[in-house]
Amino acid sequence: MDYEKILSPVVQEVPPSGIRKYFDIAETMQGVISLGVGEPDFPTPWEIRKAGILSLEAGKTRYTANRGLEQLRCEIAAYMSRKYDMTYDPATEVLVTVGGSEAIDMSLRALLCPGDEVIIPQPSYVCYEPLVRMIGGTPVILETTAENDFKVTPGQLLPLISPRTKALILPYPCNPTGAIMEREDLEALADVLRGTNILVISDEIYSELTFGGKSHVSIGAIDGMKERCVIVNGLSKTYSMTGWRMGYACGPAPVMKQITKIHQYAIMCAPTTAQYAAIEALRHGDDAIRTMREEYDMRRRLMVSGFNKLGLTCREPKGAFYAFPCIASTGLSSDEFCERLLYSEKVAVVPGTAFGKSGEGFVRASYCYSPEHIREALTRIGRFLQTCGG
Amino acid sequence: MNTKLLKLLSKDSRTSVADMATMLGTSEEAVAREIAEMERSGVIRGYKAVIDWDRLDEAYVSAIIELKVTPKPGLGFEDVAAKVMKYPEVESVYLMSGVYDLNVVVKGRTFQEVAKFVAKELSTIESVNSTATHFVLRRYKELDVELLGEGADERGSYLL
Repeated sequence: MDYEKILSPVVQEVPPSGIRKYFDIAETMQGVISLGVGEPDFPTPWEIRKAGILSLEAGKTRYTANRGLEQLRCEIAAYMSRKYDMTYDPATEVLVTVGGSEAIDMSLRALLCPGDEVIIPQPSYVCYEPLVRMIGGTPVILETTAENDFKVTPGQLLPLISPRTKALILPYPCNPTGAIMEREDLEALADVLRGTNILVISDEIYSELTFGGKSHVSIGAIDGMKERCVIVNGLSKTYSMTGWRMGYACGPAPVMKQITKIHQYAIMCAPTTAQYAAIEALRHGDDAIRTMREEYDMRRRLMVSGFNKLGLTCREPKGAFYAFPCIASTGLSSDEFCERLLYSEKVAVVPGTAFGKSGEGFVRASYCYSPEHIREALTRIGRFLQTCGG
Repeated sequence: MNTKLLKLLSKDSRTSVADMATMLGTSEEAVAREIAEMERSGVIRGYKAVIDWDRLDEAYVSAIIELKVTPKPGLGFEDVAAKVMKYPEVESVYLMSGVYDLNVVVKGRTFQEVAKFVAKELSTIESVNSTATHFVLRRYKELDVELLGEGADERGSYLL
């Protein structure tokens, strides 16, 4: 069997995620301390788990509507209105998906013909570029910079827009940079986008995790933008529900109709148990979010201050749960830094380049860990830096 | 700041003042001042290690004793509670709602030692009507700390 011949060249050419590499090495070593994971360390709050269990006990084990349980879509619409001041019709503008990832994939599939362009800011989460490629689209990379706090500016966006541009991915709060887009930043982008026929796929999975008193603003809440946006969100990061695979998309009815069609044929519906748990989370989970956010905030300060004290410049991440310190002062590339740090002090962090070429000079460190864990990692990194002479 | 500071201390009272200041976004002086003030006013009563005695050869047993007490006119349960808590064998004393009155945690080296203490000391206190002794067989969790297993981090590092 000649597998290479039958497998799609487009798929074969997509590289595997750069994050895995170090973890594969780390898994073979003893005593490694990781700052690598991208998921909360808290278990799902008990009341939410209980709602899932109760639904199983009640025998709720069948398919739901393709779009998701009506109750859940209503809760999602209520949440969007309560938190982000956007009104969506649960019947036609909300789709429950298998994690935010599915929502992103489905949105792209609904939009793209071969050769169509999607503007993707980087450094950013690793899935956008491969997904666009696998549909036959062309990723157009917008490199954000530390000088601009890793935000997307109109000046960067404008020259990348072409007649083939179908969509802009807007991944804020941003993994891995911790950047957020504030209202005035979004208004400036909206001024550019309103005159175009470009759809914004706004990945807001970290929307509840913003710090320093700045609440998340959705681009869909900016004047004239709701009709141009698919808002992707989910319960994974917010409610510590990564394994439940609960995401959703909200957008204009004509777009959602096509997205829902793909979802219907490819997925049927999101897992039923998880949907029941999600109803409970959205109804009664606000306190749990607040508690977790306060805890993250303390860890965030500990880690950022730690990196800066070690001489690795670390901008204050205003969202998500990652610090993104600059390691250029060591004279090492991101890749070398991560590899040497892992072998010499057994600390696993992720090279910024895993999130795009523009991540060179940075590493990503997650603060989803206990303060003791973070302190130990920082101590080891400090020892490592002394051997670098940087 | 107080509640957050106390939460940090109750999780790990050995966290340095510098780290607590960083985590709370305030100065070291402010944290030190708060702690000193709370120690003075009695909000913070002490700092102790959480020890898993079962990992040592040291003989150690503890028991929960339920006391039924006749309250004294004018004094209620205060009088007997004051007597009970003076014993060095007694680790904690609580006034309870429900079918009995005082919950007393007693520690000792052997079952016999604790049993003897209950029989000779606690049950002979005037106004103590009855005692029920429950020995602890195994400690799973103590002061928020899980004592069994290492609680390995099961999180993978997949694609994120």
